[in-house]
Amino acid sequence: MAKKKMQILVCGGTGCSNLQGESIVDNLKLEVEANALENDVQVVRTGCFGLCSLGPIVKIMPGEVIYTKVQPGDAREIVEEHIVKGRKVERLLYKDPVSLKISSSHAEMTSHIKQLRIVLRNCGIIDPENIEEAIASDAYEALTKVLTEMKPEDAIKIIKDSGLRGRGGGGFSTGLKWEIARKNKSDEKYVVCNADEGDPGAFMDRSVLEGDPHAVLEAMAICGYCIEAAKGLIYIRAEYPLAVARLKTAIAQAKEYGLLCNNIMGTGFNFDIEIRYGAGAFVCGEETALIHSMEGLRGEPTVKPPFPAEAGFRGKPTNVNNVETFACVSPIILKGSDWFNNIGTEKSKGTKVFALAGKINNVGLIEVPMGTTLREVIYEIGGGIRNGKKFKAAQTGGPSGGCLTEKHLDTPIDFDNLIAAGSMMGSGGLIVMDEDDCMVSVAKFFLEFTVEESCGKCSPCRIGNKRLHELLEQITKGKGSMADLDRLKNMSLVIKDTSLCGLGQSSPNPVLSTLENFREEYVAHVTDRKCPAGKCRDLMEYFIIAENCVGCTACARVCPVNAITGERKEPHLINPSICIKCGACKEKCKFDAIIIR
Amino acid sequence: MKTINSPADLRKLREDIKAKMQGKETGSKEKVRIRVHSGTSGLASGSKAILDFVTQELEKRNIDATVVRTGDLGYCFAEPTIEVTRPGEEPVVFGNVDKLKADEIIEKYIKNGEYVDGILPVNYQNIK
Repeated sequence: MAKKKMQILVCGGTGCSNLQGESIVDNLKLEVEANALENDVQVVRTGCFGLCSLGPIVKIMPGEVIYTKVQPGDAREIVEEHIVKGRKVERLLYKDPVSLKISSSHAEMTSHIKQLRIVLRNCGIIDPENIEEAIASDAYEALTKVLTEMKPEDAIKIIKDSGLRGRGGGGFSTGLKWEIARKNKSDEKYVVCNADEGDPGAFMDRSVLEGDPHAVLEAMAICGYCIEAAKGLIYIRAEYPLAVARLKTAIAQAKEYGLLCNNIMGTGFNFDIEIRYGAGAFVCGEETALIHSMEGLRGEPTVKPPFPAEAGFRGKPTNVNNVETFACVSPIILKGSDWFNNIGTEKSKGTKVFALAGKINNVGLIEVPMGTTLREVIYEIGGGIRNGKKFKAAQTGGPSGGCLTEKHLDTPIDFDNLIAAGSMMGSGGLIVMDEDDCMVSVAKFFLEFTVEESCGKCSPCRIGNKRLHELLEQITKGKGSMADLDRLKNMSLVIKDTSLCGLGQSSPNPVLSTLENFREEYVAHVTDRKCPAGKCRDLMEYFIIAENCVGCTACARVCPVNAITGERKEPHLINPSICIKCGACKEKCKFDAIIIR
Repeated sequence: MKTINSPADLRKLREDIKAKMQGKETGSKEKVRIRVHSGTSGLASGSKAILDFVTQELEKRNIDATVVRTGDLGYCFAEPTIEVTRPGEEPVVFGNVDKLKADEIIEKYIKNGEYVDGILPVNYQNIK
C-alpha cells in the first residue's frame, strides 16, 4: 500500500477527547468514505498537541493546517472544502484574539507552543552512549570556543550577563558563583556537579544524565577553565544506576577522544572528571553536606561561611552547580548571553524543566521558559486534571516548597514569584493535586520525609520537625485542637529561623503554606473532626443509606471484621466501633448504598 | 582510536560523522532512523523489549534502518515511545508502543510512510 496523499490528524489527548474528539474521528472517516477518498486520505488519531485551550484540534497534512475548536458537525465542511476542493475552512482557523491575525499553519502557531527545550535539547534525540552522536549535535563546540577564543573572565562574563541562576533550588547567580571561585586563589580547585536529586517526584537531572551526559561533562570543563580547576567531581546517588552507567560510558569515551585529559585539544588546559556516589540522603543535596560526603565524612552540613567557593572539597575552593544549571552552559556560550537573557522574566532567565506528577493527564518532563503560568503548564501542556476533576493545588519545590492554589494559576512561574507565593522553585518537581487530596495529609507526608531525612546535627530540625509531625498526626486522627494550629505555625517559624542548613530552614514550608492557603481544612479536622477530602481514615465513617440498601448481604460477606449486620432483604447496618474503614464494602456494593461521611 | 588533538580535529570529526549519518560517505541513501527512548521511564515501561523487537524485525524484513537507543523524551505518560525519521521528513513520535503497535509502525509508516494511530504531536520547540 502506498503512502496516502493526505492525512487528517485528530487530537486524541484527554482534553480534546472529552470534547467529542471521538465523534470527530468517526465523522471524518464517514465523510472521507462518502467522497470515495479512502485510498487517498487517512484519518489518524494522535496524542496531545499541547493546544488544549483551542481544542479539539484537527491538523491536515501536508500543509500543516491547524483547525481549532472543531465540532463533529464540521467534518463535512473540512472534507468537502479542504480535502476535495483544496480551500481552507477559514472560520475554523486560529485567530489571534489581539492582533486578529489568522494563523493557518502549525508553524505559525509557535507562540502557542509553550515548551522550549534548552536543557533537554538532545534528550531522546542522541544516543547517550555514543559520543559521536553528541559531537554531531555540537557537543564540545562551546568548550572549543571558550578554550581558543576566550579568557576565563570573558566566559564568566557571558554566563553572568546571561542571568543564569542555579537550578538546584537556591537560584543564586551562576556567573557570580564562578567569579567568586575564580578569585579565591589556590593551587588546587574543584568543580562539583550536584546530581543528588532528592525531591520526591523530581527526575529532571536523571533524565539529562541519561539522555545527554556530554552536556554536563562539557559544561564542567568550561567551568574548570573559568575558575582554574583541573578536577571535576560528579556527586550522584547510587539509586540512579542507569544514569551512573551512562555517565561512566560518557566519561570513558570523552577520555578516549581526548576531550577530558591533559592538554585538551592542544590548548594546554587539563581537566578530568570522576564520579562520587551518594547513598541517597536528602541532606546531601546541600552543598556543604555533599562535600563532606564526598570526603568520606558523614553527610552533615556545616555553617556557611566559609562557603565552598572559599574552602570546599579538601579545604580547597570548590564550585558546586546542579546538573540542569550545567546543561544550560554550552548553549549560552554558543548563542551568547543576550539570547538567553531574552528568554524568561525580568529576574529569572532561561527555561526550567519541571517533572509533572500527580493527578495530571500528561505526566512527564517538560521544559518551559521562566514566566510560564501554572495554568499553561497544567492545562496546555499537562492536558488538565485527571478524570475531569477540579484542580486544588500544585506542590512545587518538594519537601522544601509549598502549595500553589487556584489563585496562583495565572502567576508567572519564576524564582521570585514562587517565593512570594510562599513556595519555592526547588529542583522542579511539580505535584498536582485535585479535590480528593487532603492538604493536612499532604503536609504530613512531606514532614514524614524530612523527619526521616534530617541529619540530626541541629536540634531545631531534628526535634522540631519530629514535634511538627506529631502534631499533624494528632490532627489527622481528629485529636487536634485550635491551639494546635497556632502551635504548628509558631514552631514552624522557629524551625525556619534557627536551623543550620537549607533542609531545616525550608522543611516547615509545606505546613506553613497549606496552613495559609487551606486553613479551613485544618479547622474542619480539629473542630468538626472531619476530613473534607475524605482521606483521613480516622475521621471518616462508612454509613449505609437505608433507602438504597436492598439487603443483598454482599457487604456483610466481604467485611473482614464482621462489622456489618442485617437480615437478608432488610437494610444493613455498620457498627462504627468495629469497622476498620477498609472500604471493601463500598467497593462491593452495587446499589451505591454505602457512603463515607 | 580517534584522539582529538586540536579544535580543527573536532570540527573535522563532526563533519565526518554528519556525513556518515546521512549516508554520504558510502554513497548509499540516507537510512530511516528509529529512536527507541530508553531512559529509566522508558525502560520501566518496557522499551527494552520494543528495542529488541524492532531491531530483529527490521533485519527479518530486510529493511535497512538505523536503530538508536536514546534517553527519554519526557512523554512519561505515553511510554514506551519511539521516534521514526524517514529521510527528508520530520521525525514522528509514536506513544504507548507495544509489539503489535511496533509491527504496525514498521509495516505502515517505516515501509510506506503511512500514518498510524498514536502519533504524539511535537508540542515543543528545540533550540536547534
